[in-house]
Amino acid sequence: MSEQITKPELVCPAGTPASLRTAVDAGADAIYCGFVGPTNARNFPGLNFSLDEMTKAVDYAQQRGAKLLTAINSFPTAGRTDIWKKAIDDAVSINVDAIIIADIGMAKYLSETHPDQRIHLSVQAGASSPEAINFYCDRFDIKRVVLPRILTVAEIKKVHDEIPCEIEAFIFGNIGMMAEGRCSLTNYVTGLSTNMDGVCSPANFVHYEEDKDKNLTTRLGEYAIDCIGCGENAGYPTICKGRYNVGHRAEYYAFEEPVSLNLTHLLPDLIEAGVTALKIEGRQRSKAYIRSVVSSFRQAVDAYSNGEQPDISDLLALTEGHKETMGAFPSKKWR
Amino acid sequence: MISQNYTNTSGSNSSPGSQHLSEAHSKSLSRFLPPLPLFALSPLLSHVVNFIAKKHPELFSRLGESTKKTFLINPTNLPFFLILQPDPNNPRLKAYNRGSEIKHDVYISGSFATLLKMIDSQSDSDALFFNREIMVTGDSEAMVALRNALDDMEGTLVDDVASSLGPFSKPVRKFFDIVNKSKRHHE
Ligand code: SF4
Repeated sequence: MSEQITKPELVCPAGTPASLRTAVDAGADAIYCGFVGPTNARNFPGLNFSLDEMTKAVDYAQQRGAKLLTAINSFPTAGRTDIWKKAIDDAVSINVDAIIIADIGMAKYLSETHPDQRIHLSVQAGASSPEAINFYCDRFDIKRVVLPRILTVAEIKKVHDEIPCEIEAFIFGNIGMMAEGRCSLTNYVTGLSTNMDGVCSPANFVHYEEDKDKNLTTRLGEYAIDCIGCGENAGYPTICKGRYNVGHRAEYYAFEEPVSLNLTHLLPDLIEAGVTALKIEGRQRSKAYIRSVVSSFRQAVDAYSNGEQPDISDLLALTEGHKETMGAFPSKKWR
Repeated sequence: MISQNYTNTSGSNSSPGSQHLSEAHSKSLSRFLPPLPLFALSPLLSHVVNFIAKKHPELFSRLGESTKKTFLINPTNLPFFLILQPDPNNPRLKAYNRGSEIKHDVYISGSFATLLKMIDSQSDSDALFFNREIMVTGDSEAMVALRNALDDMEGTLVDDVASSLGPFSKPVRKFFDIVNKSKRHHE
């Protein structure tokens, strides 16, 4: 391609202060991260930011021309809203560039208590129609929506034409079932909720066993969710990526296969469709992942913006199960 | 949750979580190792873990409750394995001969170079796990906490270890260099 395109914002994940600095240094335009505890959807042991760390992260990012977005994107249950409200107040007090919110009650609290704070609507809110997005824009002055990964590029274009806010779309990383913000699989097995406790497949329920032939059994709680043969690539220990014996098939990926989303080839189409921010998944991943993925996408976005073809060959090594997909984005054929 | 277990590290490959200590691999790296008896390694490992604990106290808050856990680290191509106890008041790192039975909560194995690259954030641990280059059994929560705590460390472990060893820093850096090259050769 030779035509120049408008440069979109590259939004990158960070699970620790060191990852955040890595993402900024690798060329992220914006970094999203969360506080320690259940208020964000990546509540893993050893991950996330204290208030002091988030304050320093804001300084580090903003001094280098990057934005810091705080994800407060899980759903408080009755009697626990104070934890979420405090996270919101804390984020506002340290001048984060935007708060990514999912819960409708917290969106109300945020927009009424801190009317000047920029709000993004999390993918966890599952708003995929113009009607739903317009409701959030009208009521809470949402400035950007992170779209669920269920839409084709053509559908994104249609949504874009009917909403007043910016669109952020995922371009790389783990891809869950098409029920963002609504998945109850982990809750069913462990009693802990991805959406309310902020963690899918809590680590203390995950066990691996390797037998003498190097077959690896993955268990979540009392359920075996996969048995990976010697030499086969492994995936995340989530129920949606497991293999099961179901009525007509054995060892069947009943929900979906362990693959990673990679939309590098669709970047120009996404931008054309009106996407202003490109999001990389992976707050649970290491600095090495952040360094590699962020710098690859920085080059890719810059190359496309200059009308050149980027080299994206390094990204496959970081994908789950060494497999990648464009998911639902090119067409609805993806299951 | 498997909270306490034993793992066979003798290389005889007979229990869950054990690994086969391949002769070829073992020799490939042992070639570069001076014939150090383990009692001589102990003060060095103790110095390293205390130095790191002092330099990176933030490690312990990320570890949380996992500071009480015992980690068995099995570099599959070395003639010994390591036991790490990241207690902030008394951090311990000790080497044991293969075949020793040590009670532990977490078992992690991989080639020495792979483990080093993971600890130093040169390689992504999830990708190493997806590729089956590292193996983890036992308390996954403690493992994830340790991984995240180490990943948040500024700088690299190799630099930390080397700089803590004063006049020996040069040969130590050289050794790590050889380890990295030997890994690339085997990839
Ligand atoms: S089980 Fe799969 S779809 Fe459900 S929350 Fe976890 S990763 Fe997402």
